[in-house]
Amino acid sequence: MKSVWLRYLPLVLLAIAWEAVSRLGLVSSSALPPLSDVIASWIDLIKTGELVSNAGASLYRAAAGLALAIVIGAALGIGMAWSKPVNVVVAPIVEIFYPLPKSALIPVTVIWLGLGDGSKILLIFLGCMIPVTIGAFNGARSSEQTLVWSARSMGAGRLRMLWDVVLPSAMPELLNGIRTALALSFILLVSAELIVARAGFGYLIGFLGANGAYDSMYAVVLTVALLGFAADRGFQLIMNRMLQWREQTH
Amino acid sequence: MARTDALAPDAAALAAPTPSLARTVLWSIARMSSVLALLIGWEVLARSGTFTPFVLPSLTSVVERIWSDALSGELFINIGLTMYRALVGFFISMIGGIVIGAAMSRNVIANWFFDPIVSVGFPMPKIAFLPVVILWLGVYDVSKITIVVIDAIFPVIAATVLAIRGVEHELIWSARNMGATDRQVLTQVVLPAALPQILTGLQVALPISMIVAVVAEMLMGGYGLGGAMMTASRFADSRGVFAGIVEIAIVGYVLIKLMAMLRRRLLIWHPEANEPATV
Repeated sequence: MKSVWLRYLPLVLLAIAWEAVSRLGLVSSSALPPLSDVIASWIDLIKTGELVSNAGASLYRAAAGLALAIVIGAALGIGMAWSKPVNVVVAPIVEIFYPLPKSALIPVTVIWLGLGDGSKILLIFLGCMIPVTIGAFNGARSSEQTLVWSARSMGAGRLRMLWDVVLPSAMPELLNGIRTALALSFILLVSAELIVARAGFGYLIGFLGANGAYDSMYAVVLTVALLGFAADRGFQLIMNRMLQWREQTH
Repeated sequence: MARTDALAPDAAALAAPTPSLARTVLWSIARMSSVLALLIGWEVLARSGTFTPFVLPSLTSVVERIWSDALSGELFINIGLTMYRALVGFFISMIGGIVIGAAMSRNVIANWFFDPIVSVGFPMPKIAFLPVVILWLGVYDVSKITIVVIDAIFPVIAATVLAIRGVEHELIWSARNMGATDRQVLTQVVLPAALPQILTGLQVALPISMIVAVVAEMLMGGYGLGGAMMTASRFADSRGVFAGIVEIAIVGYVLIKLMAMLRRRLLIWHPEANEPATV
């Protein structure tokens, strides 16, 4: 068994190379400030509360948009699999919006809801809804007919069946859709905030960059990247937990 | 992985139920009608005066705008620039991703070095690095193409590694037995057998390339579909913004369809070619 240390050693080597290249003056320190300076500015940003307040603004937007997308997307997807009329109405709309780069909607959400939280939440909601809907639809559609029939023959009502049979069997694909949505929510959030915002990670990156505070800018960029990575890993852990019952039956 | 069995395409074709013509026609009318309803709804809502033309310009005025952009040639300059950035980035990611992925699946040291980088880098929101790339490379095409590569290379690497690991050992052993050199095994056995899954990775990377190119243009301004849309937005020209969305949507749709066609072409020998693409 390989130890974690050995596995992530290349990343440590890259970090050391970063520090060395910058300290030895091989590249200009404004293009690549030494990693130790970046960490020092990161601590400063935490102390002044600047990072925390902007992180709060960003995470609120991401969470609100994502939560809306999960609730409505899952309902639409399961509805599509459950009822033909819903499918006829929703499917073409999903098909049209699926290939549309959601970031292109950034200026439109600004036209509709202005520069504040609302436009970012709407953007994240619109962008994240599609993968959740598709995941829920694929999951619910593939729920085994025998399960549905047995539940029905045991006298389960339509709603009961939806809750007890269809939703659990749709769960793995639904969770996969949500994982895609989670990654997408970070991407949309940062791009929207970089383009138009008065608070949040993207705003802070743009602001620090424009003022030449490059070591602080690097600190925020790394924070966003690590948060995105941690969110994905955390979600994967939760997903495996939630799907434990499934591993046992297979 | 499905075997490359000569009989498989026929078997797959037989297995697929052929829907009756009447059903297919009715179904496509129903689908069309819902899209049409959406477009008509847009037009009616815009003309009803519920919203100002700034918030929701009418569909016809947006189509007119696209038409005049096309006549003046500006539309094609923008599409050309965006496609140039997206496709150059895509091709670099394709070659780089396949080379790195192949190296990772065949060489222990390459795998040791790249594996943590890929597993940490893949789920990161890499668009956050755009300001850093601008700091390094300026606001020209190089930085737009670089950020496209940073985003698009990960799915290609991941798909290549999975694909090559999934190649059946019997195929490799038989080739070795028949005296193939390492290079021949790689280019004539492993890569063709891994091709379907590598193509899936490329199908994921292509829309990413285009999206990232558009976002980079939106951030840096100038020409290109994304840049033109941000310029319109800055001048409160909402018809221009909506025209931009429609243009980007159509270009993206055509790109994805072309890629799916190319996939069927390339995999015509493979049973998987008859299955619908996932992306």
